[in-house]
Amino acid sequence: MRREIPLAICLIMGVVMTVQFFVPHAASQWLFDNMMKWLIIIAIFALMLGLLNLIKIHTQKVINRRKDWPYSIVALVGVVGTLITGFWGIGADSPFMVLYNYIQIPMQATMFSLLAFYIASASFRTFRARTFEATLLLIAAVIVMLGRVPLEKYLGGQWLPDLAEWVLDYPNMAAERGIMIGVGLGAISMALKIILGIERSWLGGGEKG
Amino acid sequence: MNKIVTLLAAWLVVGAAAVFAADAPGGPAVVEARDFPNDAGGSITVSWPASPLETGKDFKAYEVHRKGPGDAAFAKVGETAPGELTFKDEGLQNGARYEYAVYAAATGQAPANLGSARATPRGQWYNTDKTNVLVGIVFVVGIIAFFILRAKAGATLFVRKIAGLEAVDEAIGRATEMGKPILFVSGLSDASDISTIAAMTILAKVAKKTAEYETPLIVPCYDPIVMMVEKEMVREAYTEAGKPDAFEEDSVFFITQSQFGYVAAVDGIMVREKPATNFYMGAFFAESLLLAETGAATGAIQIAGTDRVTQLPFFITACDYTLMGEELYAATAYLSRDPLFLGSLKGQDWSKAAIIGCLLIGTVLLIISVDAGTWIATLFKTAAEGAG
Repeated sequence: MRREIPLAICLIMGVVMTVQFFVPHAASQWLFDNMMKWLIIIAIFALMLGLLNLIKIHTQKVINRRKDWPYSIVALVGVVGTLITGFWGIGADSPFMVLYNYIQIPMQATMFSLLAFYIASASFRTFRARTFEATLLLIAAVIVMLGRVPLEKYLGGQWLPDLAEWVLDYPNMAAERGIMIGVGLGAISMALKIILGIERSWLGGGEKG
Repeated sequence: MNKIVTLLAAWLVVGAAAVFAADAPGGPAVVEARDFPNDAGGSITVSWPASPLETGKDFKAYEVHRKGPGDAAFAKVGETAPGELTFKDEGLQNGARYEYAVYAAATGQAPANLGSARATPRGQWYNTDKTNVLVGIVFVVGIIAFFILRAKAGATLFVRKIAGLEAVDEAIGRATEMGKPILFVSGLSDASDISTIAAMTILAKVAKKTAEYETPLIVPCYDPIVMMVEKEMVREAYTEAGKPDAFEEDSVFFITQSQFGYVAAVDGIMVREKPATNFYMGAFFAESLLLAETGAATGAIQIAGTDRVTQLPFFITACDYTLMGEELYAATAYLSRDPLFLGSLKGQDWSKAAIIGCLLIGTVLLIISVDAGTWIATLFKTAAEGAG
């Protein structure tokens, strides 16, 4: 029963939600809206479980003085501190928003900004023309990058931006759409396998269960 | 094969019928009011013929007036600019009968009544704009089911080599030899995302191998539901491998749902723990290169797989192997070699062949300027793209 009930729920809901996609009636919309509400309710409870998991793991790490345990103190102080400040409300000048605006957002922006350096280092490694494919990639990248820079008057016209647009609109778009078609079919196939109970590894217990 | 061709032909015929029906030309000769099609109800479309007044310089607008159940007189509900000959009235009561009158208003003249019409808004039980999607799904599901049944009957199915999946054993073996852990990141989406589910199925296979080799596995999770499912999957994988005691409860853990907070934590794990192998499977966004480039800097062998086209170049650049798009979904079939999974994979391939066939026929017809090429192109448009 531990497997049959989840499989039955999956089959029924899979079929119902597929049918719902084709039914515009208010009853169908009501069903969809309520499913979305339940999804949010489940996600909130799951978030609480996630939070407990986080606190448990880091507390154990600190208590047992495991490797790199001081980092866990930082994590715990961050979690508990944010949680406590939340009790004073989340208004514009509340301690919670101060933490959010002056600590969390700058830290997120810092991580995102690292992307610029990582793109440079990754490009440097990839654009070395060691193989035919890498050479093609290098040529395409040079065309697209230079095509985005306003160099028309030094290059005698609009030909480079036009070439860059052509690379993006035709060879690049064709490859992208090819991948998208494959992804769409793969997703349908995966959904079918899950709905029919062929793919059961999500239940925890290998392919056949 | 004949069945596939017949199904494809049926799809083309139904799609063409839908396209031609949608493109039927001609406006109304008199004022018309109709229930707005393919919706939950509550709306009516009013259309009318162009007024001769519209060509004059004093013409202002078309005015639409409505009289509902219980209303004593008509009341203006909206107006349209010159040339706009339809109006959609929304927020109506389903099943109630409404009457509409349309007037052409010009400065210095009394509004000219163009006529009136009645309609009742109702919700529909089937969205005809999605017929091509329905036929397409039935077609693809039919082919996949056909090949699954064939595989069940014992047919031998060939699957081409996928380098990224061939390398899974090698990557786990390398980590075992080096005595270092394996890091598995299952994307930054939730459990309702099909690519996350695909990633979880790959994790089940990887976990079974790591259990057999007794290699430490680290699974940091972005979503708490995914964490709970993955914890069960990894536990079961260790049990299946006959090593339930080797499973560490803390190996699958939740980090945060903050995108860059998650990246900072996982990058930190990479730098401190120095995993020998990193797997990135599932849905990734701007963080893909931040993860993969840090992993490359630590010297780990990296296998990535995603269906997010915009992130593929980053993974291809920074990882040793990348599963592109559908290869992510093919992983379970490839790793398990289960006939049922292989059958579904074969079905995908044939569906793709059918779509490529449609595209080639449409391209050739468009090149030689045959109108049929246009409707083949329209056949693949969904309601959201404006075909309906």
